[in-house]
Amino acid sequence: MAATLKDATAIVGIGQTAFAKQLPQSEKELACRAILAALADAGIAPSEVDAFSSYTMEETDEVEVAKAIGAGDVTFFSKIGYGGGGSCATVGHLAAAVATGQASVGVAWRSRKRGSGPRPWKNTAVQLPTPGQWTRPFGLLRPADEIGMLARRYMHEYGATRDHLFNVALACRNRANQNPAAIMYDRPMTRESYMTARMISEPLCLFDNCLETDGALACVIVSAERARDCRQKPVYVHSVAQGLPAQHHGMVNYWNDDPLTGPAWTAARHLWKQADFGPHDVDVAQIYDAFTPLIPLSLEGYGFCGRGEGAAFTEGGALEIGGRLPINTGGGGLSEAYVHGFNLINEGVKQLRGISTAQVPDAATCLVTAGEGVPTSAILLRS
Amino acid sequence: MLLPVPDEDGAPFWEYAARGELRIQACAAPGCGKLRFPPRPCCPHCRSFASEWRLMSGKGRVWSYVRPHPPLLPAYAAQAPYNVILVELADAPHIRLAGNLVTAPDAPLDSLDPARLRIGAKVHVAFTEQDGVSVPRWLLEKS
Ligand SMILES: [Zn+2]
Repeated sequence: MAATLKDATAIVGIGQTAFAKQLPQSEKELACRAILAALADAGIAPSEVDAFSSYTMEETDEVEVAKAIGAGDVTFFSKIGYGGGGSCATVGHLAAAVATGQASVGVAWRSRKRGSGPRPWKNTAVQLPTPGQWTRPFGLLRPADEIGMLARRYMHEYGATRDHLFNVALACRNRANQNPAAIMYDRPMTRESYMTARMISEPLCLFDNCLETDGALACVIVSAERARDCRQKPVYVHSVAQGLPAQHHGMVNYWNDDPLTGPAWTAARHLWKQADFGPHDVDVAQIYDAFTPLIPLSLEGYGFCGRGEGAAFTEGGALEIGGRLPINTGGGGLSEAYVHGFNLINEGVKQLRGISTAQVPDAATCLVTAGEGVPTSAILLRS
Repeated sequence: MLLPVPDEDGAPFWEYAARGELRIQACAAPGCGKLRFPPRPCCPHCRSFASEWRLMSGKGRVWSYVRPHPPLLPAYAAQAPYNVILVELADAPHIRLAGNLVTAPDAPLDSLDPARLRIGAKVHVAFTEQDGVSVPRWLLEKS
């Protein structure tokens, strides 16, 4: 194999808007503000942008964004499917485009008004694709119900408990308490408040679920060569992967032979195969956390521990700063903002620049993952 | 309540359900015959487009379950917290159907005492009519 993406490109700019339950601006305005902030951070003129990538669920398309920010000729654009599974692939697609000369300055973004806007599962007029007829009539309505089903089985098979899920929620909340931009900045969590929280879909309670947030984020990708002349310390895209396992079924992976090995396992195999280092060399991880059970499942999938060991891995403060694997250091989807996981990408960049509000000392490698439970993606970043 | 909105591949399941039969799509190619779910146009094992719908015994075991609480769509919120179970079929354990464990085929979704929900519990299918559509429900086996 001649071509490789390994360290061929770097993220040189990041930008975000405020995060809130409700923001007055439109999704389009939020997208433009985040993108312009990321370009300003990089010190690159908007007219130089020639590549865009976002999610299929993104409402603001590249045509609207390009003309609003004053981009020049655009020669690459892509949209990635499966909601939060698409986050890291936006960076991956741009890295591939830049590395192969299809474009020179790429912008990935996500703008969403989920706090005040619509959610797909609430739309009862439109039946969701294929699995709908096999789940909706029985009252399996929301992502929390669908993942709760896997969580219950996981707890049954491996002795995982609500205390393990609490460990995940607490680590994210503790990091949010250090991050003034986080929605839960001034809202500490205790075991008591977690255990007495109202149930959403037993075994999952309120704090096992991500936030509902308005906000937008963006990042800028250029070649490693160009990155050396940019304003910020480059954060190299070391390895990228998408993951759609054989016989996978989306949120309801119940018909797979082994429903507890999700897309993370597929993405991980390719991600590590392309990398110069392994799971034990990761200094900090940003792991997609729409629901707490996704963390133990992802810890297993990405090889930080063995099958069935993900819950036990969370014990003893392992996920906290100073622990074995600090995660979601901005607060994650559970406590910073839920913008389909894009905040995890930007937080990974902050860690490797050394400017996180919960900085892991000398962090030089970071894993960022996209939604587990759906066709997913992941990137390895290095400084 | 939300009624099933069958797609072309899934329609036979609901047509058989209307006759009180639990049938699962199977490959009709000689020498293959593997069951598959959800239904689809072609066999992932041998790529044959020939299929048939095989009658199941209607027996199974609870593989997992959740108990949804509001916020939910109104018809479901009115019965919450109710259970949704995933049943692995006795005839084909890798085929798992979402459903509800109730005390009688037409009983409400919250009719079963949640203390009786258990992974591994033996169940069997029954059908109830919901707004003119026949949907499967699950009942505990008497032990
Ligand atoms: Zn076949």
